[in-house]
Amino acid sequence: MPLSPEPGPARQAPSAAPLLRMRGISKTFPGVKALNDVQLDIYPGEVHALMGENGAGKSTLMKILSGAYVADPGGEIDIDGKRVQIDGPLGAKAHGIAIIYQELALSPNLTVAENIYLGREARRGGFVDRARMFAGCDDILTRLGASFGPRTLVQDLSIAERQMVEVARAIHARSRILVMDEPTTALSNRETRKLFELILRLKNDGLAIVYISHRMAEVYELSERVSVLRDGGYVGTLARDEIRPESIVRMMVGRDLSSFYKKEHGGGGLGRPVLEVSGLSDGGRVKHGSFTVHAGEVLGLAGLVGAGRTELARLIYGAEPHTAGTVRLDGKEVRFRGPAEAIDAGVVYLTEDRKAQGLFLDMTVGDNVNLGVIARDAKWGTWLDRARARVRSLSAIKALTIRVPGPDIEVGTLSGGNQQKVLFSRLLATEPKVLILDEPTRGVDIGAKSEIYRIIDDLAKSGAAVLVISSELPEIVGIADRVVVMREGETRGEVGGASGIAINEENIMALATGVDMTTVAA
Amino acid sequence: MSAEASTAAAVQAKAARAASMRVVVRSIGMLPVLIILGALIQFGGVYLTGEGRFLSWQNLSIVAQQASINAVLAAGMTFVILTGGIDLSVGSILAASAMVGLIGSIDYGYLGIFGALLIGLAIGLGNGALIAFMRLPPFIVTLGSLTAIRGLARLLGNDTTVFNASLPFSWIGNDSLTIGPVAIPWLIVIAFLVIFASWLILRRTVLGVHIYAVGGNDAAARLSGIKVWAVLLFVYGASGLLSGLGGVMQAARLYAANGLQLGQSYELDAIAAVIVGGTSFVGGIGSIWGTLIGALIIAVLNNGLILLGVSDVWQYIIKGGVIIGAVALDRYRLRGSART
Repeated sequence: MPLSPEPGPARQAPSAAPLLRMRGISKTFPGVKALNDVQLDIYPGEVHALMGENGAGKSTLMKILSGAYVADPGGEIDIDGKRVQIDGPLGAKAHGIAIIYQELALSPNLTVAENIYLGREARRGGFVDRARMFAGCDDILTRLGASFGPRTLVQDLSIAERQMVEVARAIHARSRILVMDEPTTALSNRETRKLFELILRLKNDGLAIVYISHRMAEVYELSERVSVLRDGGYVGTLARDEIRPESIVRMMVGRDLSSFYKKEHGGGGLGRPVLEVSGLSDGGRVKHGSFTVHAGEVLGLAGLVGAGRTELARLIYGAEPHTAGTVRLDGKEVRFRGPAEAIDAGVVYLTEDRKAQGLFLDMTVGDNVNLGVIARDAKWGTWLDRARARVRSLSAIKALTIRVPGPDIEVGTLSGGNQQKVLFSRLLATEPKVLILDEPTRGVDIGAKSEIYRIIDDLAKSGAAVLVISSELPEIVGIADRVVVMREGETRGEVGGASGIAINEENIMALATGVDMTTVAA
Repeated sequence: MSAEASTAAAVQAKAARAASMRVVVRSIGMLPVLIILGALIQFGGVYLTGEGRFLSWQNLSIVAQQASINAVLAAGMTFVILTGGIDLSVGSILAASAMVGLIGSIDYGYLGIFGALLIGLAIGLGNGALIAFMRLPPFIVTLGSLTAIRGLARLLGNDTTVFNASLPFSWIGNDSLTIGPVAIPWLIVIAFLVIFASWLILRRTVLGVHIYAVGGNDAAARLSGIKVWAVLLFVYGASGLLSGLGGVMQAARLYAANGLQLGQSYELDAIAAVIVGGTSFVGGIGSIWGTLIGALIIAVLNNGLILLGVSDVWQYIIKGGVIIGAVALDRYRLRGSART
């Protein structure tokens, strides 16, 4: 059963006319040329991956396609061979373009059907015709293989299911070009598989899918072709049989990445214990957290999403009160009544959600970098030392190679990788002894990732105790000296170090799921 | 290679210029609106009545005096709105403080001022404590105080008007600071000092950065070690204290205070001054100079419409329209330059 209103040939060779053709697209913001003469061809029935570091211009290009931005004059956009002007989101919709953003654009308080029909409610004589809406949605949801009905409230759905609602909405709007912006960031492995099945189905029905992702494995698995942007310019497009991780990385960063993960620290064995956590609990999501981080060590904290890793970190940091257990810092028991006390004691926390809980997007890079130390630097604890703040921001920009014209730029205008470096700079300015880094490379491109690994390695080299929470197993295997694994609110075991168990993805997954992976594989 | 470097430098210089331009645009803010409004009223006066009474030293001084109490309240309101909150109780606090100040002055003279400021501060801190520690919404808390403190103000004078013909601090409301040939009314001096002190706090102190940070992202503020509760206590305390000061200014001007009538709907003028001044209602963005200009716009409007002989009914309608129009203009002007 075809999903799109105009089912194109299921398999169309790129020799046919492209469904979407963009040429000479440029976009200038005050002071920044975000896109410069970019081109893109998308054919019906293909998954076309769009890759590039953060700040390369992917989002800007897609925002032009979706009508959120207007391109500089001179660019051409053809759909089905016809020149079009995309002015505004409604225009994009009319041309059959739908975008599924990282931040999902659904109303959680409404039902699935109401969301799918939002703005195009079925009517009968001025009243909403719910019965017809439910029937129409049933049809689409069944075809997509959804396990929920049209009457479900969106707030009761998982993120993966919400994405499915977005896709259903796009199909209902008769979209032919579907842009997915990092759709798997918040998904579990199983949900990712389901999403891929869905994408294949859409593809076979002749939709064109633009797939933005940082994850090489996904791109490799899904895409017919890959186009790469770098610094706002078009680098090139690879066909299916030319797609190699190394070549994509080279195109993205413009150089080879010889050693991606850095682990040069920890030559002289274990340092003294710095942070000792034992039996920590909040009486809810966190039942029992115990581990020790030593000076000069990178300890990984792994586990499935929802295992309680972030919650445990927040207990240590004093962001939430704990009901049982102890935290020792340099052998002395501490109980932080709030983050301010933790920071004063030398314990800092990098949040997993930098936009909602980390950065002040309307404030400048300088203010964001200095926020943790302005009180320390201030004269009589009150008057801002602006000269010193400026020196600190400039040196942070230099030390962490933050790509920004100067410290007076608002953080909200930076790319994800550069925002993350700003947040890192704030933590580093306080000269911490213990760093708790929650998903330090989430939503960050490959180039910035390797730079963040270098920063973590340097911190351990300088004797700091580093706890890294990560859902990306290759990352945690690559940078950690030991890995503690949580499952259902408890720390269940450890790999590496004195445990004698090798640090690899299988051993971590075995602890995280409680299932022995070697027997599953066999 | 060098060409590339020079273009990169040019782009950077251009970005820096654009950034500084934005700062200028933001800080000038509503000043053009104020000037245009003044000119319109002046020419309207000449056209309608044959004489331009608006632009005389005497009238401008009256406008400034009328703006002064609202500017003091709006300064406190700026702190509050910058954190993403709201203080609806400032008019009621002003009334209660004026009552305390006047009643106190009868037996204790100047100590009345002290009492007025203290009661304002105490009520403000009460608001702040409920908001910071009980996590109640600011709108609800201060809506409650708006009503309860109005009742308290009436209770203080047994619901009558209190007079003190020999008020020791009446000079605050009626005399001027004379420097050489210039005489500046004390009300204006006080308002300017309050604005200047607010600017110092917002732009030159750690506390100021923390206020902007809490308004910009309170979850991030907490995680980055800012004592959000202390910031909230400060802003509502400051708003209460400045309302108390407003009460002193009002009482000093009138030699009298009435718990029922004083400060009625002053909170609306204060909020209007802040918003017209370009401060974001969700917090994190704004400046005290904008608030000053906002307060002046509202005073010019009040004064000018009376001078032009516009009827009371139409004054309301025009004032409301100008407030909405000014903010709409501001949004339009900042669009695109904000965050793209």
